[in-house]
Amino acid sequence: MRFAPTAEQQDLRIAVRELMRDRCPSSVVRAEPDDPAINGLAEEICRMGALGLLVAERDGGLGLDENYLVPLMVETGWAAAPLPLVDSIAFAPGLLSHAGYSDGPDYRKRWCVADPAKRAETRFGQPAGLLLRGGFGGTGAVQLVDLDTAVRSHLAAMDPSADVHDVRGGQELAIVDDPVLVRQAWQRGVLAAAAQLIGLARHMLEMTVDYVAGRTQFGVPVGSFQAVKHRLATALLAVEFAAPVVDRAGHSMASANPGADRDVSSAKALASEAARAVGREAIQCHGAMGYTTEYDLQLYLKRAWALAADWGSASWHRARLAGHLGMSLTGSTPAG
Amino acid sequence: MDLTWSEREQAFRAEAKAWLTANVPAEPLPSGDTREGFAAHVDWERRMFADRWSVVSWPPEYGGRDASLWEWLIFEEEYYRAGAPQRVTQNGIFLLAPTLFEFGTPEQQRYWLPRMAAAEDLWCQGWSEPGAGSDLAAIRSRADRDDQAGGWRLTGQKTWTTRGAFCTHLFGLFRSGPSADRHRGLSYFLVPLDTPGVTVRGFPRLDGDEGFAEVFFADAFVPDSHVLGEVHEGWRVAMATTGSERGLTLRSPGRFKHAADRLIAEVAHRHPAATDALIERVTGVWLRAFAYQQFTLAQVSQLIAGEAPGARSSLNKVYWSELDIELHETALELLGMDGQLDNEWSRGFQFSLAGPIYAGTNEIQRNIIAERLLGLPRK
Ligand SMILES: Cc1cc2nc3c(=O)[nH]c(=O)nc-3n(C[C@H](O)[C@H](O)[C@H](O)COP(=O)(O)OP(=O)(O)OC[C@H]3O[C@@H](n4cnc5c(N)ncnc54)[C@H](O)[C@@H]3O)c2cc1C
Repeated sequence: MRFAPTAEQQDLRIAVRELMRDRCPSSVVRAEPDDPAINGLAEEICRMGALGLLVAERDGGLGLDENYLVPLMVETGWAAAPLPLVDSIAFAPGLLSHAGYSDGPDYRKRWCVADPAKRAETRFGQPAGLLLRGGFGGTGAVQLVDLDTAVRSHLAAMDPSADVHDVRGGQELAIVDDPVLVRQAWQRGVLAAAAQLIGLARHMLEMTVDYVAGRTQFGVPVGSFQAVKHRLATALLAVEFAAPVVDRAGHSMASANPGADRDVSSAKALASEAARAVGREAIQCHGAMGYTTEYDLQLYLKRAWALAADWGSASWHRARLAGHLGMSLTGSTPAG
Repeated sequence: MDLTWSEREQAFRAEAKAWLTANVPAEPLPSGDTREGFAAHVDWERRMFADRWSVVSWPPEYGGRDASLWEWLIFEEEYYRAGAPQRVTQNGIFLLAPTLFEFGTPEQQRYWLPRMAAAEDLWCQGWSEPGAGSDLAAIRSRADRDDQAGGWRLTGQKTWTTRGAFCTHLFGLFRSGPSADRHRGLSYFLVPLDTPGVTVRGFPRLDGDEGFAEVFFADAFVPDSHVLGEVHEGWRVAMATTGSERGLTLRSPGRFKHAADRLIAEVAHRHPAATDALIERVTGVWLRAFAYQQFTLAQVSQLIAGEAPGARSSLNKVYWSELDIELHETALELLGMDGQLDNEWSRGFQFSLAGPIYAGTNEIQRNIIAERLLGLPRK
C-alpha cells in the first residue's frame, strides 16, 4: 500500500511545471489564439510527447497511464494553458487509435477538440484539425470530423481566452462506437478536467495568499485579519480533500478498477466544487483588485468556472455517484 | 500508487474480522458516558486486551501486536464495520500513550503502559480549566515543589474532563514555574485520582449523560516519578499529543465510512422520506467520507516516508468534525420524528456537535491552517 506518486510521476510533474512556468505565463493565457507564443507552447507540449501520453508505445506514444495524466493536467491547469489539452491528451487517444488516426503524419490532426455533449461548440480550437463529437456520459458513438471542412463562427464567452466557436457540419472521417473505448475516453476527459481544476484552485489560492500578505490596510497586512484567514483556510481544505480523490480516480482508471466510474465522478464533483469555492474566496479576499480584467486572477477564475461546468457539472456527477451507491434519484438527471 | 494490501495485511484483516465477529456484543452496550455503561465498556476493553486487540500498534511486551500504521487503519476499519463499542480508553491509548512513548522514562513506560493496555488504569485528560479553554496557556492550576517529600503539591481545578467521574487517573498540565511565562513553567503530571486532596464531580453533557467532570486539587501530592518529560517543559510535551488528538489517530476514516454506509442503508429503509434532495445530501456525505479516506491514505504514506504531519493534522480535525455534523444532520433529516427519540443517530448527532469544540476548536484550527500551512501573517 502506498498512496503517493512514483519518482517518474513526480519527475513528469516537475518537467511539466517547469515548462508551464517558462512558456505559459499569464501573458500567454491572455494572448490571441494565433499568437506565436501559443503555437510555441503547443510545439513544446508535442516535443515532450504529451499528446501521446496515453498512446501505446507500439503506436508511437509514451504508453503511460492515468497516474501520469493527473499530474500533467494539474500542472497545465495551474497555468490555464490555452490549448485543447483535455481533449487531445485525455479524450482523443483511444478513439483516434481505434479509427487509425493515432500517428498520422499531419501534426494538426493530432490536436483535437472534443464536443462530447454535441453542443456544436469548441474551445481552444485554433491548433486542432479534428473534432470529436459525442460520447457524453461515456455512451453513444463518437464522430471524428475534419475540422477544416466545418463552418466555424466565434462565440463571445465569459472566458475570453477560451476561443469558443460555434461549429457546424464538417466531413465525417470515422465513427467510433465501441462502448468500452467511448466510456474510457469520457472517463479520461472527466478525470483530466478534474485534475486541471485542482491546479487552477491551487493557483488561485497561491495568488490570494500572496496578495493578502502584501496588501496593507489599517496598518497591517489584510491577511492577518481572522476573517480573511478563515476564508483561506476553508479554501485550502476544499483543495486538500479534493486532490487525493482525483489521484485515486487516476489510479482506479490505470488499474482498471471496477469502481473507476464512481471514482472519476467523485473526483470531478469535488474538484469542481473546490475550484468554485476557492474562486469565490479568492475574489472576495482580493477586494476590487480581483474584479478587473487587468489583474490575472480572472484568467484562472473564468477557466475554473468553465471547466467546472464542462465534462459534467458537480451536480451531474453527484447524481451519477448516487446511482453507483444504489440510490437513484427519482427526478431526471441534469443535462450536460 | 499501490493500493493493494500485502498478504500479511490481508491476513491481519481476516484475523481481526474473525475476532470481532465472534466477540462484538450482539446488543449495543449502554452509553460509555454513564457509570454502568462505562463499566460494561471497561469489560469490553479487558476482553480485547486478553486477546491482544486493545493496542494493536504497541510492542508485544505492552500487550500489542507491533501493527504497522496500515494495519492499525485496517483494524479501525473492521472495528467500525463490526459495530464494536466506543473506546472509553481512548484518552489514554491515543493521547497519553504516544506522549509516554516519546517522553517517558523506561521505568514510566514499563509501569504505565501495560496497565493502560489492560484497562486497569483508566485515563482522563486534564487540560481545560474554567479560565483556560482555547487559551490553554492561561492554565492557573499550580504545582508547588515539596523537596522534603520528593514531589509536587497540586492545587486548582480542571473542567470538561471527559469521563472524569469514572476514570482512575488523570494526565494534566499544571503551572510549576512563574505564571508570567505563559508557555514555559508548565509541567505534565500523571495523577491517580484517588490521591488524597483530589475530588471529582461528574456533571451531564448535552445528551444528559454524566460524561463531563470537574476535578479539584487541594494540596494533592504526586511524586517526582509522576512527572512526564522535563519539569517546566509540559507545554512542549503536551503539544506532542495535540497532533494525535486532532489527526488521524483520534478519528480514523473507518468510522465515517461505516457511518456513511449505514446512512445509505437507512435510505433504502425509508424510501418515502428519501426525497431527491435528501439523496443528494447522503451522496455528499458519502463523498466527503470517501475524500477523508483518500486523504488519510496519502497522509499515512507520507508518515511512513518520514514526513511528520505537523500542522496538517489541523486539516484532519476540521474536516472530520464538519463531516460528522453533516452526516448526522442528514441522518436526522431522513429519520424525521424517529430521530427525536433516543437512538444511535440522535446520540451521534449530539456528540457530533462537540467535534468542532474539543481537541482545539475549529476556529483555532483554521488559525493554525492559515498561519502555519498558508503562511499568513500572525499579526
Ligand atoms: C465533548 C467535550 C469533551 C471535552 N473533553 C475534554 C477533556 O477530556 N479534557 C479537557 O481538558 N478538555 C476537554 N474539553 C474542553 C475543550 O478542550 C474546550 O472546550 C476547548 O478547548 C474550547 O475551550 P472553551 O470551551 O473554554 O471555549 P472558549 O475558548 O471560551 O471559546 C469560545 C468560542 O470562542 C472561540 N475562540 C476562542 N479563541 C479564539 C481565537 N483565538 N480565535 C477565534 N475564535 C476563538 C472558540 O472557537 C469558541 O467558538 C471537552 C470539550 C467538549 C465539548
